[in-house]
Amino acid sequence: MTRSAGAAGSTGSTEISFEDRMATTEFRVAPEAHITVSGDACRGCTTKACVSVCPAGLFVTTSDKGVLFNYEQCFECGACYLVCNTAGAIIWNYPEGGAGVVFRRS
Amino acid sequence: MAERFDAVVVGAGPAGAAAALVLARAGRSVCLLERGPFPGSKNLYGGVIYPRVLDALLPRWWEDLPVERWVTRRTTMALTRTQAVSVDFRTTAWGSAPYNGATALRPRLDAWLAAKAEAAGAILVCSTTATGLLTDERTGAVRGVRVDRPGGDIEAGVVIACDGVNALLAKEAGCAGAPDPANFTLGVKEVLAMDPGEIDRRFAVAREEGADLEILGCTGDVPGGGFLYTNRDSLAIGLVLRLPELAASGCRPEELLADLKAHPGIRPLVAGGELVEYGAHLIPEAGWDMMPKLATAGMMIAGDAAAMCFATGIWLEGVNFAIGSGAAAGETAVEALASSDTSESGLAGYRRRLEASFVLRDHKKFRKAHRLLLSERVQRRYPEFACNLVEQLFTVDNPEPKPGLISLARREARRSGLRLRHLVRDAADGLRSFG
Repeated sequence: MTRSAGAAGSTGSTEISFEDRMATTEFRVAPEAHITVSGDACRGCTTKACVSVCPAGLFVTTSDKGVLFNYEQCFECGACYLVCNTAGAIIWNYPEGGAGVVFRRS
Repeated sequence: MAERFDAVVVGAGPAGAAAALVLARAGRSVCLLERGPFPGSKNLYGGVIYPRVLDALLPRWWEDLPVERWVTRRTTMALTRTQAVSVDFRTTAWGSAPYNGATALRPRLDAWLAAKAEAAGAILVCSTTATGLLTDERTGAVRGVRVDRPGGDIEAGVVIACDGVNALLAKEAGCAGAPDPANFTLGVKEVLAMDPGEIDRRFAVAREEGADLEILGCTGDVPGGGFLYTNRDSLAIGLVLRLPELAASGCRPEELLADLKAHPGIRPLVAGGELVEYGAHLIPEAGWDMMPKLATAGMMIAGDAAAMCFATGIWLEGVNFAIGSGAAAGETAVEALASSDTSESGLAGYRRRLEASFVLRDHKKFRKAHRLLLSERVQRRYPEFACNLVEQLFTVDNPEPKPGLISLARREARRSGLRLRHLVRDAADGLRSFG
């Protein structure tokens, strides 16, 4: 995924690509997603706040105004469901034991 | 057939490990659950710890605490895009036992504290997520947790929920209502590898000693702040960003962080550091204003799950409050188990203990500080005012004569949109918040 630089209020210059940034952190991918996002509920959403706040950039707007979500590099922070204003659009849980992000130098 | 313990503690962070340590030392059987593969693997903070809270639990803790560097230099910076003004304090007093603050990495710190609980007899079970509460059908009292392991019920006389900022168990128990995003900030952080000698030189500190920089005015239109800490062979640089404004701004957190790293006052400190880990975590910023009900029948809540993080601007603490609350929950559990009363009233001693200790005394006393800190004037206008004032003060533009200090301050205050009534109101707020 590539990120558009220069959102409002930020000069947006990062010296490494977003993929390389995410590759610095270890993730043990669980067989099942711990967060589910309802693409249908998201189509009516005008803010799409999850897309800009998710620090792992896991939410992407689709051409039909839906939201596509990939759970694999999730920091398990919880920002997405807190900023979501569409009831039931994000069902949020922790991954199964032992899976998910593994911080080593945090 | 469910396993049974006197107590089950969910989350082997500082709160959970402290609770388990206290219970195990009292001879109680205690299961310490951790959903990550090892304690600390899910945890991310700035990270400076203030370990004096351990004096009673682990005397001479400094002899084996996994410290990166002892903080002997503390700098508070206010930035504009092109300027920086700093208050830089250093003392040798913080460089020897019992020290003051220290940088530490959570995977090592949390594992160290959990190992102390294990050594006292607690059973640490990693890679196991608590998926829900077991409750008594008749009374509704919490009587254990469900976990995602085969035969996954663990029954206990008391449950201590130290499951972190998202507080899923507190919500399930009805102790916390729907969360308000304005009570949370998102912390994003980069760890930059750097040669220890290079860190010594750049931050002008002796080996083993380190610097703590807190930064205001570096988060664009989003209320928040920044930090830069020295580990032994890495730097931790990050931002704390209030969620609703971050969402409304459309700014990406890593791009705001890149702006901070590119600032002329910060770039020379971090340039050349190699990114070795990027991560993010939520912070329960509002503390006192967002705390859940701390105890219900069969269960207590401690650490970030109870919003114990202490983020007031002048002081940025959390691990010590987690340990303080976890230990108090452990002591209360010991008392309640001994008297066979783990009802809500049987656990009421938890809140009393916290109210008598720094944990709730500090939270209550400084409960307004986060609002002042995240206000528009403190975030933007005061840093701009301070930077411009100092710049004008030290700019020698002969043949112009020097202006008087009062006329200079008046002019710069006006330029930053500050009126006398603002100064009076904020000074009064400051006194109320911090006095």
